[in-house]
Amino acid sequence: MALKTEHMVLNMGPQHPSTHGVLRLELEIEGELVKKVTPHLGYLHRCFEKHAEAMQYNQVVPYTDRLDYLAAIGNNFGYALAVEKLMGIQVPERVEYIRVIMAELQRIASHLVAIGSNGADIGALTPFLYLFRDREHILSIIEETCGARMLYNYIWIGGLSHDIHPDFVRKTKEFCNYFKPTIVELDNLLSYNKIFIERTANIGVLPVDTAINYGASGPTLRGSGINFDLRREDPYSIYDRFDFEIPVGRGLMGTVGDCWDRYYVRIREMEQSLRIIEQAIDNIPEGDVQSAIPKRIKPPKGTVYTRVENPRGELGYFIISDGSVNPFRVKVRAPSFVNLEILGELCKGYLVADVIAILGSIDIVLGEVDR
Amino acid sequence: MYQYFYDLTGNTIISTLFVAVFPLVNVLIVALIGVYLERKVSAWIQDRVGPNRTGPFGLFQTVADFVKMLQKEDATSKDIDSKLYNIAPVLVFTGSFAAYAAIPFSSKLIGSEAEVGLFYVIAISSLVVGGILMAGWSSNNKYSLLGAMRSAAQIISYEIPTAIVVLSIVMITGSLSLDKISEMQTAYFWNWHIFGGAGFGIAKFLLIPFMVVGFIIIFISTLAEVNRTPFDIPEAESELVAGYFTEYCGMKWAMFMLSEYGNMFAVSAIVSILFFGGYHSPFGYLGNSLGIEWLVPFEQAFWFLAKGWFFILIQMWLRWTLPRLRVDQLMSLCWKYLIPYAFVNLIVIGIISLL
Amino acid sequence: MKSPDEIFNLLKQEFSDSVLSLDKETPVDPVITVDPFKIQIVGKFLRENPELSFDSLMCLSGVDDANGTKVKDAEGTEILEGGTMSVYYHLHSVLHKHKITLKTVTQRNNPEIESVENVWKSANWHEREAFDLLGIKFLNHPDLRRILMPYDWDQFTEEISRHPLRKDYKNPEFYQGMKVPY
Repeated sequence: MALKTEHMVLNMGPQHPSTHGVLRLELEIEGELVKKVTPHLGYLHRCFEKHAEAMQYNQVVPYTDRLDYLAAIGNNFGYALAVEKLMGIQVPERVEYIRVIMAELQRIASHLVAIGSNGADIGALTPFLYLFRDREHILSIIEETCGARMLYNYIWIGGLSHDIHPDFVRKTKEFCNYFKPTIVELDNLLSYNKIFIERTANIGVLPVDTAINYGASGPTLRGSGINFDLRREDPYSIYDRFDFEIPVGRGLMGTVGDCWDRYYVRIREMEQSLRIIEQAIDNIPEGDVQSAIPKRIKPPKGTVYTRVENPRGELGYFIISDGSVNPFRVKVRAPSFVNLEILGELCKGYLVADVIAILGSIDIVLGEVDR
Repeated sequence: MYQYFYDLTGNTIISTLFVAVFPLVNVLIVALIGVYLERKVSAWIQDRVGPNRTGPFGLFQTVADFVKMLQKEDATSKDIDSKLYNIAPVLVFTGSFAAYAAIPFSSKLIGSEAEVGLFYVIAISSLVVGGILMAGWSSNNKYSLLGAMRSAAQIISYEIPTAIVVLSIVMITGSLSLDKISEMQTAYFWNWHIFGGAGFGIAKFLLIPFMVVGFIIIFISTLAEVNRTPFDIPEAESELVAGYFTEYCGMKWAMFMLSEYGNMFAVSAIVSILFFGGYHSPFGYLGNSLGIEWLVPFEQAFWFLAKGWFFILIQMWLRWTLPRLRVDQLMSLCWKYLIPYAFVNLIVIGIISLL
Repeated sequence: MKSPDEIFNLLKQEFSDSVLSLDKETPVDPVITVDPFKIQIVGKFLRENPELSFDSLMCLSGVDDANGTKVKDAEGTEILEGGTMSVYYHLHSVLHKHKITLKTVTQRNNPEIESVENVWKSANWHEREAFDLLGIKFLNHPDLRRILMPYDWDQFTEEISRHPLRKDYKNPEFYQGMKVPY
């Protein structure tokens, strides 16, 4: 009579130091090998889409901040672009330039958190603190502009909430000069560290076809080798005026599409964001940032789907309007929600410690997974 | 030292107590200063300040933590196996504390002058494995069980390179007693084993590179024995919350911490005795040159503590710089790399020592 | 790169009765309406045809059209009777760089739509969300269960409180012994 055996079910529960929020992962493990991963969501569901139907269009903007709270400007940006497209508003040049600069600063700040927590999950606790020290510079620049460090309510429909303060250009240039050696330091400390490479190379390999079929986007998709960035494919705002490269995973340390490639894409993206900021910061035209904000936002009946390149991937807003001052339906296509589905595919056959490394490299934020 | 107290008091029990109290005090002081220093060193490496409010420069932080831990409620879940649960911290602490019996702090301060001191130290520090497994199993918690199993595998595997390097030192010195090994490295720093050992000749210079390799191997293996990063998978904070001592709180947890710092100092002491001259000073003694004979043991104790703390600082430095290794990489490092190198080292040192 | 007209003509050639209409007048995106039980075949054709090759489903959203009549049910609460629910599919091609929006309409009472999960895997969780928040059943979905609401939401609620995004949703009184409205 054979012994009945079953796989051990380990619950990396909602409270866990490294699941980046309240995510419950149910792992079926056999010793240390993972057989199946099932994510359970919904612990942070705050009914954003239902709230949006009860408010007016401009009142929804602070709620969009709270979706992906680490990259809040991108959320505002996408929503403002969607409603402006529906209404046919053209914003002044000054507004466009400032929006791009803020979005790129936000991209650097968000990648700093992503890289820092990726390292901290693997055990390198020191780069996490170095990166947060650098993030403080960005947050203080933004705080002087709009008053908030994390949830800004800055990009309004048709313009901005505040104009930039007189020191903005100087401080941003100082930050750009300060940040370039920091990336070099980070490369020396973490990227080419033998132990870090052992932990992340050849782990969680994502082939390109699977990635596109699952709807992956952002560094998760670009780490698999495909050169797809919304700022080039589907240019919005004034991104087509700037000259920047799209970093792509090339399998330098292992296979194409492993965790190291996704990490590497994020580091090089920060350098490219600095390039965009340097091109834009000197050419901000004069103007009034609030001139195009309509008094009453009442779009015509219709539907629109706009997407922006958030640090985590493609953030899409699908808005249906029925001609009144409240939106009829706002659907948010959150990049982390779609990227999280891949976790089940990627973790088969790896160890428990690898699940953490893979989750860190996909870089999710529970605010937008659950909305 | 036992003899000295026996002459003083004439009573076996009191002299034994005195002899045992001294290492206990040392372990407590190491834990006290160690916790504070760890927090300060980690803060300086991470570009922060560390505790600086409790007392000047935060010096009383550990005292405050200790008082807090004393008055904590000992909350346990009802599903634990209470016999094993309560014995586990005691076993872990005993395993690391008993190793101090054979470690010489100076030429006069030795717990027991057994002839097989080194063998005893390696054997008794394996008691820790039993304690860790008990802690992991009795906590009735899957995370603790995983952490305990990983830790047991790690400690048992890394004892082998340690033992092999120790064997190569024993081959050169011909004695297992830690006291005699220290005695053979007297006078100046070029007599230390890492520079080839006492005696002058072609053998001494040939030995130097192999001694350095041996030192690196034993340093890495003892890092793994005390569960420090990069080998701290059993207590990996971001994966298993806290590994095998997740369910412990209050004084029982404090005993695990005490044993960790005690173990750190014990392995630093072993490494410094085997390779760096134990309690001997690198330059000769002030007491000898000034003619004050009774100063020499105190100087030796000072040098011994200095060397032990130096290695502890290096361990802390490594902890905050490197990420941690995964379990199978850790095992393959031990079995596929360290053990073959240690064996080759042993054979070559044996051949050279025949010259 | 094809325009929506060309895509519509290609589809109409292939599936004359399933592909219903192309709406270009309402701002801003043009929408092609498809029969709900044929959407899987149409999707497969869209993905595999080399001229179209829509290999990425950007977004799948369920919408409660709320175009039924408001009646008062037995307890006097206002519910919507009749009407339709729709599901919008936003597709995109990495190769040819064109986009299209599809739409299926089904009745509100017992909505059922064919699942496109075996065409685009990203539809898996989107369809689970539409089922969870709106009650639309997707036929042939491998694992259709709630994703954002708690798994035991059905046990504590009546029909009117089961699916939050419906326009006639009412908060339940109690959930697991906790009073919901405050």
